[in-house]
Amino acid sequence: MKFDTPAGQNPIDQLKVVGKPTERIDGKYKTTGTAAYAYERHDVVPNQAYGYVLGAGISKGRVRAIHVEDAKRAPGVLAVVTTLETPRLERGMMNTAYLFGGDTVQHYHQAIAVVVAETFEQARAAAFLVTVDYAAEAGKFDLAVEAKGAPPVPSDSGEGSGGDGEERVGDFEGAFAQAPVTLDETYSTADESHAMMEPHATVAAWDGDKLTLWTSNQMIAWGHGSIAKILGIPKENVRIDSPYVGGGFGGKLFVRADAVLAALGAKAAGRPVKVALTRPLIANNTTHRPATIQRVRIGATKDGTITAIAHESTSGNLPDGDPETAVSQTKLLYAGANRLTAMKLAHLDLPEGNAMRAPGEAPGLMVLEVAMDEMAEKLGLDPVAFRIRNDTQVDPQAPERPFSHRDLVGCLRLGADTFGWAKRNPRPGQVRDGQWLVGIGMAAAFRNNMVLKSGARVRLDGSGTVTVETDMTDIGTGSYTIIAQTAAEMMGLPLDKIVVRLGDSDFPVSSGSGGQFGANSSTAGVYAACVKLREAVAQRLGINSADAVFADGEVRAGNRAVPLGEAAAQGALSAEDTIEFGDLSKKQQQSTFGAHFVEVGVDADTAEIRVRRMLAVCAAGRILNPKSARSQVIGGMTMGTGAALMEELAVDTKRGFFANHDLAGYEVPVHADIPHQEVIFLDEVDPMSSPMKAKGVGELGICGVGAAVANAVYNATGIRVRDYPLTLDKFLERMPDAA
Amino acid sequence: MSRRDMVAGATAAAALTTLPSGARAGSAAADKPVMAKVGLTVNGQRRELELDIRTSLLDAAREHLHLTGSKKGCDHGQCGACTMIVDGRRINACLTLAVMHQGSEITTIEGLGQPDNLHPMQAAFIKHDGYQCGYCTPGQICSGVAVLAEIKAGIPSHVTADLNAPTEVSEAEIRERMSGNICRCGAYSNIVEAMTEVAGRQA
Repeated sequence: MKFDTPAGQNPIDQLKVVGKPTERIDGKYKTTGTAAYAYERHDVVPNQAYGYVLGAGISKGRVRAIHVEDAKRAPGVLAVVTTLETPRLERGMMNTAYLFGGDTVQHYHQAIAVVVAETFEQARAAAFLVTVDYAAEAGKFDLAVEAKGAPPVPSDSGEGSGGDGEERVGDFEGAFAQAPVTLDETYSTADESHAMMEPHATVAAWDGDKLTLWTSNQMIAWGHGSIAKILGIPKENVRIDSPYVGGGFGGKLFVRADAVLAALGAKAAGRPVKVALTRPLIANNTTHRPATIQRVRIGATKDGTITAIAHESTSGNLPDGDPETAVSQTKLLYAGANRLTAMKLAHLDLPEGNAMRAPGEAPGLMVLEVAMDEMAEKLGLDPVAFRIRNDTQVDPQAPERPFSHRDLVGCLRLGADTFGWAKRNPRPGQVRDGQWLVGIGMAAAFRNNMVLKSGARVRLDGSGTVTVETDMTDIGTGSYTIIAQTAAEMMGLPLDKIVVRLGDSDFPVSSGSGGQFGANSSTAGVYAACVKLREAVAQRLGINSADAVFADGEVRAGNRAVPLGEAAAQGALSAEDTIEFGDLSKKQQQSTFGAHFVEVGVDADTAEIRVRRMLAVCAAGRILNPKSARSQVIGGMTMGTGAALMEELAVDTKRGFFANHDLAGYEVPVHADIPHQEVIFLDEVDPMSSPMKAKGVGELGICGVGAAVANAVYNATGIRVRDYPLTLDKFLERMPDAA
Repeated sequence: MSRRDMVAGATAAAALTTLPSGARAGSAAADKPVMAKVGLTVNGQRRELELDIRTSLLDAAREHLHLTGSKKGCDHGQCGACTMIVDGRRINACLTLAVMHQGSEITTIEGLGQPDNLHPMQAAFIKHDGYQCGYCTPGQICSGVAVLAEIKAGIPSHVTADLNAPTEVSEAEIRERMSGNICRCGAYSNIVEAMTEVAGRQA
């Protein structure tokens, strides 16, 4: 199905199942431990051996020798595969660093060997018997140093943000020089780790030259093509299966070393092998969100109308890597005639920087929305009012391009009313609650909506059950449930008559999960397949498909009402289709909007920051399942709070690696850090996005929330820290009551 | 765990580290793993295992009993995904060796309830959407059940203001006691609601 004209009335608009806050259909498996993740697939193939991965102990240089004799003689060891005996393997889609093969070390903990043994304990013990000789080389590890002179480079995050290295509208410098009120500040955000709870893991089994990988991957079709390319085997010989993914956040968009080394280990051992990256390997072996240094300049008239806005970001990456697209939202969020955005990229020899939840917008809004708060204060304007004054209904870089639907102002107003914004004291450091300095802050949320081609197969059997198959993944997003809701709505069935099977490369290719494109795109693919199935049902029953009504488990036409299953009485009916998107998203800008409001308390003596209240108001088209969508948003709010207050991969700028590479050193929010969170969805639809009229929401929640936290901390203390994360050491000396 | 078990476990661990290792690792490589028999009661069933003594309780469950509900998120006691209830107390099963649990009564997520026979805490997690990817979820639920029991038993926490008064279930108590169970998807707000509801029902 080609989607190239705005959606009209269709069966989804009935909203009998879609749009309801439905409990997840996979919930009873996840809560009972019966949902099997990659490393747990004891059922799929017998005789699995264990692989243990070794990472490089240097950050840059060459591996001269790997001594494996002792490991090979250790009890239970079946095989040792080293990078030296393996030619450098091709990279898969979106890989910057090489995953395995050859003697070159590009970053710390790059995989250099896998030891395969009968048991995990034996593989681990043998791995520690391997010794390695390196020829280390000097590398570049300090962004602050390398940022100087970094050139502008174009980039596409692959997840909905990007652009040219430098983009200009009007005359920024001239307008900024003439503006009566200006701001020019520089900020920094830290390297962050996805730190998903399930480590990257794969079970690999060869059957002759055919390879099956039971793995944990967000993008099955990408992974399928990539693993074939990496291993140099035909795509037809590979199958990937990933029905449950224990968190991804962008870290599992692509094939990683676990999959490659499970496959190589299985080949060498001559039997199935399973590999999980150990937790201490993950931060340096896999990918991370790169740190940024961002400069924002805003010029405005005295009444608060922005006349000039510039946002420049510098990040680092390995050669062939991309910059963090942290300036993208600044092209679209606020009006202003004179504009400049730039992305600069420094060469760093740290591990590979790549996509993490809302790449670009997440760190970009942490900065832009603090700058907006600072500018509002300079103007003597309320921060909410300042944003409303500079709202735009068109793409400021191409004013002939309207937004398909934009209600940022609605989010801001409703949020302010609901949160009690009017009671905020605009003078910082004034409100006290016992030991706590209390402050309130807000920020706008913005994230583009991407639409990606997505396919599905649906099959009706004689019992009236519809089975949906698509290679879409559920990484905690609720895909199983919203796909079931879509099929139920389309076929007039209750949810328990729908079976959803996901994550298998034998199924039709879907959008996959990333860039908050999954929910809208994949359900639109299921919609398309169901439209075909409805036609097949009508034809089988001899009904004109235009007259057929699918409701309450029946097909009705005129006076006739037939149980749906009867259409398949003589054999199952199957239909497959793919939704393909035309240029609607180019003609009109599709984005999602929101407003975050946060209250914090800052301990007057210790500067410890505690988040007390959080609210997000979101405008993201039709909300397919308000229960799971709300969870996506609060999850983003939680991760964004982590980015604001604690998350930082600490760079050892001498030895060139992330020093705090486990879950004790890399701190993420825990229960005690997060208060009750409120989310309100505006009731809206966007017919330009798809027949579902929905947009992405999985990343909107993280966008802007960190700035709202930072602005609340400023309101509480009167101290502006522009260097994330906002840890107490950055406040202590400057606290109001401190000497 | 009794003091004697502790000593026995420590001795086993010490024995492991003092195995003759020779001048280089060469002879260590030839050493066979030290195996030991251990009997556990898991989810009400007596299980007899012969294990490499280096096997954690978590891997005994996941790799030997194929009870994979308990998750391995870090293998370092940093995330809580492996939480089991052992002799009435929640523990990180990755931080304890299976052979240290001779005779222990162990409850894993599979023992709390099954898909068609949910424990009230499992049902409350579903109702309040207290999970997303599901990987930390069994640990959260095992911890959640044990936390309510700890509060009921009057065991204080860091946020308990009055050690002489009966401990009450509160959001602050839940958040403090659950903070060893990380949820990267960020379902905390919903988990607290689920636990509060179960606690209310229990009272």
